[in-house]
Amino acid sequence: MRETRLEISAAPHLHAPDSTARIMWTVVACLLPPLGAGVWFFGVGALLIVTAAVAGALATERLTGPRSSLRDGSAVITGIMLGMTLPPGFPLWMAFLGGVVAIGFGKAIFGGLGQNVFNPALVGRAFLQAAFPVAITTWPANGAAPWTLRGDLFALPLMSPQVDAVTAATPLGLMKFERAGTDLMALLFGNTGGSIGETSAFLILIAGIYLAWRRYLDWRIPASILITVAVLAGLFWSIDPQRYASPLFMLFSGGLMFGAIFMATDMVTSPVTRAGAWIFGAGIGALVVLIRNWGGLPEGVMYAILLMNAFVPFINRATRPRVFGTARRSIA
Amino acid sequence: MRRQGFRHGVHPPERKELTAGLAVRRMPFPAEVVLPLRQHAGKPARPLVARGDRVERGDLIAAADGWISAPVHASAAGTVAGIEWWPHPDGSMCEAIRITVDRWSVQVPRPRLVPHWEDLAASAVAQAVQDAGVVGMGGAAFPAHVKMAPPKDAMVDVLIINGAECEPYLTTDHRTMVEYPERVHFGVRIMMHSLGVDRAVIGIEANKPDAVEALRRTAPPDLDVSIIALEVKYPQGAEKMLVHAVTGREVPSGRLPVHVGAIVQNVGTVAAMAEVFETGLPLIERIVTVTGRGIARPANLLVPVGTPLRDIIEFCGGLEADAAEIVFGGPMMGLVQADLRTPITKGTTGIVVLTHEETAPRVTYPCIQCGRCLDACPVFLVPQQLGALAQLGRYEEMELYNLADCMLCGSCSYVCPSNIPLSQMFALSKAALRRQKARVA
Repeated sequence: MRETRLEISAAPHLHAPDSTARIMWTVVACLLPPLGAGVWFFGVGALLIVTAAVAGALATERLTGPRSSLRDGSAVITGIMLGMTLPPGFPLWMAFLGGVVAIGFGKAIFGGLGQNVFNPALVGRAFLQAAFPVAITTWPANGAAPWTLRGDLFALPLMSPQVDAVTAATPLGLMKFERAGTDLMALLFGNTGGSIGETSAFLILIAGIYLAWRRYLDWRIPASILITVAVLAGLFWSIDPQRYASPLFMLFSGGLMFGAIFMATDMVTSPVTRAGAWIFGAGIGALVVLIRNWGGLPEGVMYAILLMNAFVPFINRATRPRVFGTARRSIA
Repeated sequence: MRRQGFRHGVHPPERKELTAGLAVRRMPFPAEVVLPLRQHAGKPARPLVARGDRVERGDLIAAADGWISAPVHASAAGTVAGIEWWPHPDGSMCEAIRITVDRWSVQVPRPRLVPHWEDLAASAVAQAVQDAGVVGMGGAAFPAHVKMAPPKDAMVDVLIINGAECEPYLTTDHRTMVEYPERVHFGVRIMMHSLGVDRAVIGIEANKPDAVEALRRTAPPDLDVSIIALEVKYPQGAEKMLVHAVTGREVPSGRLPVHVGAIVQNVGTVAAMAEVFETGLPLIERIVTVTGRGIARPANLLVPVGTPLRDIIEFCGGLEADAAEIVFGGPMMGLVQADLRTPITKGTTGIVVLTHEETAPRVTYPCIQCGRCLDACPVFLVPQQLGALAQLGRYEEMELYNLADCMLCGSCSYVCPSNIPLSQMFALSKAALRRQKARVA
């Protein structure tokens, strides 16, 4: 018989076709339509901001991670997500710094991919919110031609950025501070003030449905978040419609859709069990309503997710499945 | 109606079409058969022959060593060439009796019919099955007679026959059910007689409608045997999953199906049992599916036990150019082979030759806590956490997380997008724990 070199490996000898890299790059692809909407509404400056955040994330990943870790696509996701939560006129160096902090303090410090407790993109954003409170709440008006640069994109590091004269409040800001509503269709398609990627609830929803269909995100998490927000917001709205926003406004404004579909479903920082996904989502939804209705900030999605991230190990433990053939769930 | 099944599990590609329609053919006798003394779970057999002895086909050449053991019979007439350490399918070396096959023998066996088995006591029937060396033919090779004599305090009320064959590629049980349905029913009758149960269920994955049909057509009118189609899902054929699918009962952790009143036997095993009482022949040959994209002519073969791998591959037209890996059993739980001299044993269900395309190394990423392994695990463990503990060598802690309930089905490894070899890590952890305990004891 002809000589053949046989391989030796452990069972199972078949493998499902999915890989972590494929999941990550598919998520990247699904982030592009909402990003495109952001560029359409806020101009090429939006693209520059996202690029700066991605560059910061990639550079830090390259410095801190193993040699091949750029290929898994997770740092690109972090960068894009961070960039998409920033206002359209945000100085580029700050966005870059946000990317560095997101990977450095959100991920690398815990031991890299899979080890982090908090969503790295949100760690980056929380840092930016604390460090540059003015820049991150300056929302240029949309509606100008796509090539118009808004805000003070090219501000030098450590210099106070020039606050652009033409600014517009976000729908949530209007609601919180002026008790003014926004047209629902504008919210749905993104023609409102706000962060780069969070404005078009419609495109985010489409991307989310696709990812859920591919089983690249756990649909229970956004479902649970959105149901909780709708129910709680509806409850308060029915008590006092003058004081509290309507559930539809709550669902489609601000970063809720983006947070629920792309941020909260980050596999690393969300529960592994199905029951856990429902609890996790309900917690986020409740916190969002709490912060939006009574907090000092108009928006609460970021802190809601970060807070619930901290509870994930406990949720995992509490929802551990009952082992087949045993009376109770296993210890610990 | 919802198909009977179990929760969780995975759906690997079936790939049974390569051999599902091929009738079983007898393979010619090889020049030499090698019969390991350990072809069953339990104590190895004790050899009764010496170099130079002449043996006829079917002669006893090694005796069972105790109750949980099985004898070995010559699978071909010839001369004992020696008792030597020889490569075993499990990857170790094992003492084996080598028989140089007599080229001119007509290979007529010396049958030893058991007369009037219906009149025998259950223990005598079980003894006859042990004397014939019948073991579980589904892969685990647990001595078949042990299940015919359950503990006195056990209340067995149902016999479950495992025709699930959930491993991809394999069609051994499928062909047995399609071609020898009467024999399966005869084996069921023997089992029911010796167990004293009046209900039997044959569970078959729904992807084998012809097997379901054949068994239903030939079902004996005087016995309560129901043939049911099960959900097509791996590992449907795992004993605990099958018991759950058929009866709704959960076998307690660390216990056997007999604790919930069920005895599970593979279809191939009951067919082999039936053959003992039909022809008087011990278990000396078995049906083996030779398949995979790496073999020239896939086939379902009736092969003498102890036939070396090389002879079977040659009979099937040799390996294709892109053949990469040879597995005994199915690709999910099978044993990979490193030596073409390795013989098939009583428990070898199939020989799967995988190609480079299927075995190409995959990049391993860190665990991203996606939770897919939790959704795959048929016994509801948390493989992701067990894997993290295994990497740290915290084996005692793994025991607290029910490592013992892991049956190494490989579902978690199959779905892991980061390609973490979870089930391999669990196999090694179990071995490490055994060593630790042996040291303490």
